[in-house]
Formats: sequence, C-alpha cells, structure tokens
Amino acid sequence: MREVDRHVVALEVNGEHAELLLPVHKTLLEVLREDMQLTGTKHGCELGECGTCTVLVDGKPELSCLLLPVQIEGRAITTIEGMAKGSDLHPLQQAFAELGAAQCGYCTPGILLAAKSLLESDPQPTRDGIREALAGNLCRCTGYSKILDAVELAGDRMMSSPPRGVAQSAGGDEEL
Amino acid sequence: MGASNNGFSVIGKPLPKPDAVSKVTGRAIYADDMLPARTLHCRILRSPHPHARIVSIDTSAARRMPGVQAVITGADLPIKFGILPVTQDERALEHEKVRYVGDPIAAVAAVDEEIAASACDAISVEYEVLEPVMSIDEALVETKDERIQDYGGPNNIHKLVALEFGDVDAGFARADHTREDVFFFQGNTHLPMEQHSAVATFVDGRVTLWSSTQVVHYVHRALAKVLELPMNRIRVIGAAHGGGFGGKTDPFAHEIIVSKLAMLTGRPVKCTLTREEVFYAHRGRHPVLMWVRTGVTKDGRITAMHFRSALDGGAYGSYGVASTFYTGALQTVTYDIPAYRFEGCRVFTNKPPCGPKRGHGTPQPRFALELHLEKIAHDIGLDPVELKQRNFVKPMTRTVNWLRVTSCGLEECTERVLNASGFRKREKKRGHGMGFAISSYLSGAGTAIYWNDMPHSEVQIKVDRGGVTAYCGAMDIGQGSDSVLAAIVAEELGIQPADVRLVTADTDTTPIDLGSYSSRVTFMAGNAAIQAARKMREMLVEAAAAKMGAPVEAVAVGGGRIGDFSFEDASILAEARFGTLTSAGSYTPPKIAGPYKGSGVGPSPAYSYSACVVDLDADPRTGLVHLNKVWIAHDVGRAINPLLVEGQVEGSVYMGLGEALMEEQEFRKGLHKWPSMLEYKSPTFLDMPEVETFIVETVDPEGPYGAKEAGQGPLLPVIPAVSSAVFDALGVWIDEIPVTPEKIVEALRRKEKGEAARFGPARFPSIPYPACIKVEPPAKELDRAAPASI
Repeated sequence: MREVDRHVVALEVNGEHAELLLPVHKTLLEVLREDMQLTGTKHGCELGECGTCTVLVDGKPELSCLLLPVQIEGRAITTIEGMAKGSDLHPLQQAFAELGAAQCGYCTPGILLAAKSLLESDPQPTRDGIREALAGNLCRCTGYSKILDAVELAGDRMMSSPPRGVAQSAGGDEEL
Repeated sequence: MGASNNGFSVIGKPLPKPDAVSKVTGRAIYADDMLPARTLHCRILRSPHPHARIVSIDTSAARRMPGVQAVITGADLPIKFGILPVTQDERALEHEKVRYVGDPIAAVAAVDEEIAASACDAISVEYEVLEPVMSIDEALVETKDERIQDYGGPNNIHKLVALEFGDVDAGFARADHTREDVFFFQGNTHLPMEQHSAVATFVDGRVTLWSSTQVVHYVHRALAKVLELPMNRIRVIGAAHGGGFGGKTDPFAHEIIVSKLAMLTGRPVKCTLTREEVFYAHRGRHPVLMWVRTGVTKDGRITAMHFRSALDGGAYGSYGVASTFYTGALQTVTYDIPAYRFEGCRVFTNKPPCGPKRGHGTPQPRFALELHLEKIAHDIGLDPVELKQRNFVKPMTRTVNWLRVTSCGLEECTERVLNASGFRKREKKRGHGMGFAISSYLSGAGTAIYWNDMPHSEVQIKVDRGGVTAYCGAMDIGQGSDSVLAAIVAEELGIQPADVRLVTADTDTTPIDLGSYSSRVTFMAGNAAIQAARKMREMLVEAAAAKMGAPVEAVAVGGGRIGDFSFEDASILAEARFGTLTSAGSYTPPKIAGPYKGSGVGPSPAYSYSACVVDLDADPRTGLVHLNKVWIAHDVGRAINPLLVEGQVEGSVYMGLGEALMEEQEFRKGLHKWPSMLEYKSPTFLDMPEVETFIVETVDPEGPYGAKEAGQGPLLPVIPAVSSAVFDALGVWIDEIPVTPEKIVEALRRKEKGEAARFGPARFPSIPYPACIKVEPPAKELDRAAPASI
C-alpha cells in the first residue's frame, strides 16, 4: 500500500466555507460527492469527456473530474445544490422542469450550471450560441431540443423581469 | 403539437413530471449517490482475454491486504442465471472459463474503492488461452479450440430460426420483378450517462438491493436463484435512473456480487461500474448481416418476401433468442406481405454480449427493408413513397405471420411529414438530399419473458383521509412512467397529478410490473391504473351518493370534488362506509400469438407507427454529412402527456441519428476499440438538427384512453431515412450502418469507376438453416366486435 499525502484544503462551496483533510490526488468531483455529500454533481466518465460533472468556479463552467481541490482554494465553487435560492428555483431550473428538459435527469445538473454561466455572460444567446456553449455536455435522453427551448425560455424570463425567485413548484396544478 | 384533450382534465395536458424539481435541483438519489453508514466498496476483476480456460485463481494476497473485507470468486456464486429461461448461461463470477474481455472473475469488498482496486490487481489468475471467435464468418465454421458455449451449434451458432407463412414460392412465381439485396448494420451501444451502480444491504436476514435497473422484477428473480434465497427475503428497489435505453434490462453480475458481499460482510456494499466497464457490460445493438429478396407486381404490390438475418451475439445468450426473432417479426406490420419466409441465425463470438437496445432487433431489418423497397421502386420506375404507400397495412387486420394490427396511423404519419417537409417538391441538387422512411413498434411484448398466466402489470391505490397513494412496480427510467401513473389516477379520481403520491419499482411494497422494456409500461401499467382508479372512484361515489341521498349517476367527479363533497370529505365518508380504502387493477395482454413455435415474439396489444423525413447536405469531396432538419410523425394512439411524448420522440430521433451516422463498436483482439465517451462518437448539441414533431392520435381500442408507445418506435425510421437522403444527395447507396464519410467517398469512387454505386456487404454467408416451419396464414380481416379472437 502506498502512502497517501494528505493536505488540509479550504474550499468555498455554494457560499459555505469548509476545511477538509484530503488526499492530494482526490478530484474535486470525488470530494464534492464523497466528503461533502453534495451528490447532485454527477459523473459520466471521470475523464473530462462528457460534461456531466460540470460545476462553476468563479462563475465559469469547469469539469470537476479534472480539478484537484488544491488548484481552486479560495475560489467560489457553485454546484447544483447552490443554484436555487432556498426553495426558490433559478429560472433555468424552473424552465427545465416545465418544458421536460430533464428526462433521466443525470446530465441535468451539469447542463444547468453551464447554461447559468452562459446566460450570465450573454442573457439573450442565439440558439446556435446555446449549442456552442453546451457542446461539451452530452445528453442521451432528450435529443437536446427541449434543453435549447428551456434555456431560451429562461433567458427571456430573466430579461423581462429582474432575477427573482419563483416558487419551488413545477406547476403541477396549473396548465402551463 | 397535434395532441388533444377532449373531455379530459389531465390526460392530454403537457404537465411537468412529478420528480421534475428533484431532478433540476440535484436531489434525485441515483444508486451511486447512496452511501449508507459503513458502506464497503466493491471492484470486480475482469478477464483480459477474449477466450480462455481458467486454470487457477489465487486470491490469498488480496485477502491479506489491510482494508479488504471479503474476496469472492465463481466458487461462491456457481449458479447460472440469464434473462431468458432458455439461456441460463451466465455466472456472476466465472471460475471455469472466460468468454469475452471483461467477463467477471473475482470481486473484492474493501473500505474504499482504491483498496478494492489494488486488491483486484493482487489476485493472480492462470489462464489457458483459447482461440477467439471474433466474427459471424468465424463463428459459422469449425474452430481450432473448443466452442464458446456448450449449447447451440453447429460450431458457434447459438440459434437458428426458419419460418414460412403462406406460399412464398408461388408469391415469387407471380411477381413481375424480384430483387435481392444485402445489408449490414454495425453494432452500437446504449451509452447511458449514468454508469450502472448497485448498493446492497443484508439486515435481519434480508437482502435489499438498490440498483440502476430497468427491471426490478427480473433482478429479483435472478438474485433469488443465484443466492438461493426465497424471493420474500430479497427486496429490489429501483433507484433514480440515469438512463437505460435497454442497457439495464438484464440482471447483471455486479447486482448479484454486491448482494453476496453484503451477506458475507454484514455491511452495505456498493459497486459502480467505470465507464470502460459499461462498454464491456454492453447488451447493446447486435451487429446484423441481412439478405432480403422481394417480389413485386409491375404496379409495385409485394407478392412475397424472403428475409435472412445473421446476428453477431457476443459471448452469452442475454435476450438474443428474442432479438433473433425480432429481426424477422415486424416487417409485416408495416407492409402487407402476402407470403413471407424468415430465416434467422444468432452466433456466439468472444465479444461482450449483445441484447436489447431501443427498438430491440428491429432497427436493423427496418433499415434493410426501407432501402430495399426504395431500390425496387427505382427498378420498376415507381416513386418509392408511392410503392410503400401501396403496400401499407390497414387497421384492423392480421398479418401473414399472425400479428394483430388494430389502430394504425401510417397514412396520416406519412402525409404529415411529407407535407411539412415539402418532400415531394424538393429541389434536385447534387449534395443536398431528403430521405423518407416509415416504421412500427410494439406497445409492449404480448408474452412474458418467462411463461406464466399472471398479469404483466398491477397497480394498487390507497386513499387515506384524502391522501391518494398509487403503488406500481413500474420503473421510471426517465421516460415518464411515473407521470403516466399519476395522470391516470388523477384523471379518474378528479384530482391533480401533484395530489397523487407514487410508490414505484420496489418489490417489497409495490405489486408487479415486469419492467421498462418493450415499450410496455404506458399500455400495461396504464390500463392497470385505470382499472384500480375506477374501482376506487366507485367507492367514493357510492359513499357520496348515500350521504347526498342521490343516485350514483348524479355524483359528478372532478375539480377535486366528488358530488357535493371535497375529495377529502368524500374519502372520509367512504372510509367510514367501507373501511380501509384500497383498490387494485391489473393488466394481462390478450392471447393473440399465432399457432406456431416462435409466435411469442412479435405479438403486441397494439403497434405504434412512425414516419420520418431527413434533410441533409452530403459533401461529395469529403463524404461529410450535415443534418439540416428532421420531420417526424408518430402515431402514439393518444398522448397522455404530449410534452413527454415529444421528449420521447425527439430523443428517439437523436439516438437514431447517432446510430445512422457515427455510433459503432469494433473490437481488436477482443478489446473494444473505443471504450470511452470521447472516442465512441455520439451526437453533441452541435450535431443535432432541429426536429419538428407531429403527434398523431389514432385512439387505440385497447390502450389506456387509446394510448400506445412512444419511447422506441420513433427511432426506427430515422436510420433508413438518413441513408436514403444520402442517396438522394449523391446517387450512391450506403447499405451499411453507420453511414460514415469514408463509406460515402468509397461509394462515389466506385461509381466513378463504373462499379456498383454502393457501399455495403457483397455477400451473405451460407448458414445451415433448418427446413422452414410452414404456417398457414390467418384470415386477414379482424372481427371488429372482438379483435382479440383468433
């Protein structure tokens, strides 16, 4: 058995500060899921190929399977658990739920975060602009159509009204 | 678009899924998200050889490693299992011989995954390497070493099928034109975003397994058999599901292994496959070589068809016997073929086992059939669409191979996509093409995987002080089966889907549903839910009527009210009157299989129909294809939730495009050439064109509110439509899937040299098919009053 070098690493995840004693080779993906119980971040390949494990670092999408926590100490990490404000869904989450943009839902957290970053830099992206921004995220269920629709809808809503929380209901009672 | 909700309050509405919020907030718990206290991590040692005898396994070094809690080999799990009763040929761990790279040999449970992996490395296995069999051609001849499996044969043939319906020779004799073609469809895999994962516990003498599976019931059965425990000591729960597409429809070795390790260690044990292991676990699309000969009259009416298939099955049976029959079953469900001969063959090879992928065994023959008919139309100077339309099956008929067709929206689907795409008026321009194809698929297999007379799906409903809970074994794999259950129960009880609590896919608490395969859940669980909900409604109505002093006919149900009462008050009245409020419903498909051996594959209580037009540009210089747009119409009978139907249709189109243009697997010396998500090409956001979807509603006489399937059928026409569009663009036939740039360029080169303007297989091998079982065709028209009667 090899000796494992461990370091104390300070991480800022979803606005919360955490200090963890971690083997240096453990990826951010593993640390989020296994040490911080933030299992909303999923894994599809652990080789940086599928985009499933996308998180935001200082607002920009990064693949958590390719990052080591020591690389990003002190930077703001956002996972899917940090996307809603309390029980109020982010407009992207609301639009994904309404339009059926999540089928199995496994790629959804990574795509939502990548889309959040996109809309923050370009609130009204073209459809091709959305495709370009999300091209690193694979989805096997939806054929991408409803995801594109949902990002457009969320962008429109965020433009027409200042970002504010929407009640955390997918609207099961109302006709949409 | 196009869905209606006449007279319904919930059915036909585009409602979000019941679990939509948990999925967009990262709170849905998939199997690998579970980490019960004291969980041990399991890794599996797999064979590095495609074909070898195991001489010895030494696990002593692994057992001594700190942190290792248990090491097991095939001696611990010797009992064989398999999804089909006729092919119980797998072991969770193999200790006699390995048959593909990736065959499991030993498993370790350790305190963390790294230690488990190191311990696997410390296991030493001595092999006697055998000659591998890597292709259909090699499997058909005698090999130097022993056969892969000790059943089937001759040589490495697994299964041979030969059926003849009607007088095929006479049909060919009266044809004005006959044509033969050979096609090949390369194998590909499901590539779910979620790797397979399972967690087991052993508490109070009971095994509980949470798994990423499509079939909790069949996993339950396999565990009982291999672990030698009564089924009542085993509980299988479907965790939130990260995508299946048929790839999680077999009981898998890792599910049995973690259960055994939990029994041995008394601790929870988890195993999550790596992405590379998922490629080797496979059970995906069979590579299929096909030969087809069809006779037509000069006005394009089919007089006879003879179809041969050869499936490269990989190392084990899996669903392969069913897959083999499926390559010959559904040709007749779209085209009226008065005489039909089918000869099928599946071989074993030293590759990961193939099984069911979306469309199970039917995308390959659908590709061949659609292109073949188009070529015949060109031969006789007829418009291909016209030739196909002249042969369309009609509703309420029975095919020559005894399949019962009830509702059928082929004509309407065809018109919708042709009109919307402007297909008939398309501009002829080199490098730009449009292709058209149609298809059909089952709404659930009409027979169970193991023979029994029990229902295929059951639903229970409990109403308790206004709270409604529906219980069903159905597994929501993302397709929306939970939505269907909630919508139906809500519709019948006059409440909203969000008011219905769902308990699904748990063998302890839910009545059976056979699983999410063969597009069966909406049709079967849907009908069971209607029956259960109507019984519950009767009790609520009767109690309300008694209190109102009115006849039951006067009690309106809807808008959260039962007659004069709120739903909650009515439920209190009913509970006081009847005691505990429970109801149950079940669904058993009609017995409609034909009177011949092998008739169990193909019958379905209803068939969906699809039509598709693909518009693309194909560059004659590079062979690169750029997809412009896809139009697809799908006859779903009735859309219970049009939003989800569209999602299934669009997802099917996507998966079909991936198979048509890029997805394939090849093996070199038994190793997968591309076992990663980067190298195994699948369409990204940038590859996917716009899709225009038309929902066609034919209101099936036996479907729930008339509904049929949507999850698989729409994939089928996309693949031939792509190849047809390439022909339209460049005048060369690509008779082999995937349609890659290399193949297009090579076909153009051959055309320039004056050779046949095609790329595809040159020949079909000689296969020792047995004499055909001859089957008399049934009467063609169904008895409309009693369509189920034969």
